[in-house]
Amino acid sequence: MAGRLEDSLGLRTPLYDLHAALGARMVDFGGWDMPVNYGSQIEEHHAVRRAAGVFDVSHMGVLDLRGARTREFLRQLLANDVARLTQPGKALYSCMLREDAGIIDDLIVYFLDDAWFRMVVNAGRRARDQAWIREHAGAFGVAVEERRELAMLAVQGPQARASLASLLSPAAAAAALGLGAFVGAQLGTWFVARTGYTGEDGFEVMLPAAEAGALWQRLNACGVRSCGLGARDTLRLEAGMNLYGSDMDERTHPLESGLAWTVAFEPADRRFIGRKALEATRSAGGGNNAVGLLLADRAVMRSHMRVATAAGDGMVTSGTFSPTLARSIALARVPAAAAVAGARVQVEVRGRLLDAQLVRPPFVRSGRVLVDLDGGARAAP
Amino acid sequence: MENVPADLKYARSHEWVRERADGTVEVGISDHAQHALGDLVFVEVPSVGRGLQQGEAFAVVESVKAASDVYAPVAGTVLEVNEALARTPELINQDPYGAGWIVRLKPGAPPAAAELLDAAAYAALAEAG
Repeated sequence: MAGRLEDSLGLRTPLYDLHAALGARMVDFGGWDMPVNYGSQIEEHHAVRRAAGVFDVSHMGVLDLRGARTREFLRQLLANDVARLTQPGKALYSCMLREDAGIIDDLIVYFLDDAWFRMVVNAGRRARDQAWIREHAGAFGVAVEERRELAMLAVQGPQARASLASLLSPAAAAAALGLGAFVGAQLGTWFVARTGYTGEDGFEVMLPAAEAGALWQRLNACGVRSCGLGARDTLRLEAGMNLYGSDMDERTHPLESGLAWTVAFEPADRRFIGRKALEATRSAGGGNNAVGLLLADRAVMRSHMRVATAAGDGMVTSGTFSPTLARSIALARVPAAAAVAGARVQVEVRGRLLDAQLVRPPFVRSGRVLVDLDGGARAAP
Repeated sequence: MENVPADLKYARSHEWVRERADGTVEVGISDHAQHALGDLVFVEVPSVGRGLQQGEAFAVVESVKAASDVYAPVAGTVLEVNEALARTPELINQDPYGAGWIVRLKPGAPPAAAELLDAAAYAALAEAG
């Protein structure tokens, strides 16, 4: 059987033509034709750390879940506990697990009202996520709707909130600027949330696709730089945030992926999917831990490189050149016994073993360097 | 679009060669190559005096995206390396045919005639991907 033509072409966001007009270099990302940069990835990175940048994240999936028992359903579906969401608009980061605790996806879920939650999921996982969610939602009478008509822009950086607010009506601007961290609100046809994936303050805006290009250009006009997925990756890595498919996938569980803080074991009687497997893993001890690495040499750590430690080998799960630190940083998975901040390990970079220092991520948050570049671990957590 | 100066010769592996009036040659990577690599962050250059075979890997250019070997488009001895690249690798992005040169060689055996491309042939190769 022949494949569908649309499957052999990259998927495009509503902003594709604008990216092309802005001179973006496009790459395939999870089946989507996405801008990797508009000239210089490093300049885009610095713009977000120092001022503001805008990213097209319309490839991500927006799923609305509706029904009177949605909260009850999500308390079973997700490893983090949506019972923590009591204020309308409040968001929670969570993994969605298989029974064996393999990570199906990591996502953000918003509590909008008692019968309406919204999830934002990874682009490459939209189909898998929806199939899994629907498989379990029926028993709770929860309806799942993908909001494909919405585009999503991430406006990030120390000047991001003020820049976006300057384009809103006075009432909407006041509401947007009044949002607490990890809270969103519907402002007319736009959903504006104080979330992101860069380690900087900012907003993510979900809006009708037809309005996205105009917003992008108005942001550019007030000094917000167009940024591609290249800068998004170096920013999230500096911020110590995992990337699905690199730092975790269905073969890894949250406890070995630096995501133990996102698993709500309390209350003990919440039977979320994956709980039994995680409890067994936790009581067995050992295993692997996620850590950060800093390289002193003039080279770049990349995913899959071997990490040699006193307790055995580990692996780089994602690595890059950090524009803020001007050296290579990485997230890695190493034997738990070796996962000691400040420890020295070696990373095999193109046939050579180079010295690296084990650190606790994040490397950079809100423009501040959080690791000691001259050796020694960061003093305070 | 990408810049392919007419006065240079090119290797299929995306290096350029400039023949200088004093008989030496300058070598760098093409505008097409630097575009494909993205922002360069480290450049490893060879030692002065090293002898290179045609096609031998003699330098490494590492970008935000990947590390790539640079191959000698002609045989020769390294006379000079571009020391500025140690601190400012972005010179290769900004000016690949000028300030972003990598090495100057004293050429050895003349390259096999078919090995190097003229600008038109290289532009066609780069266009094809």
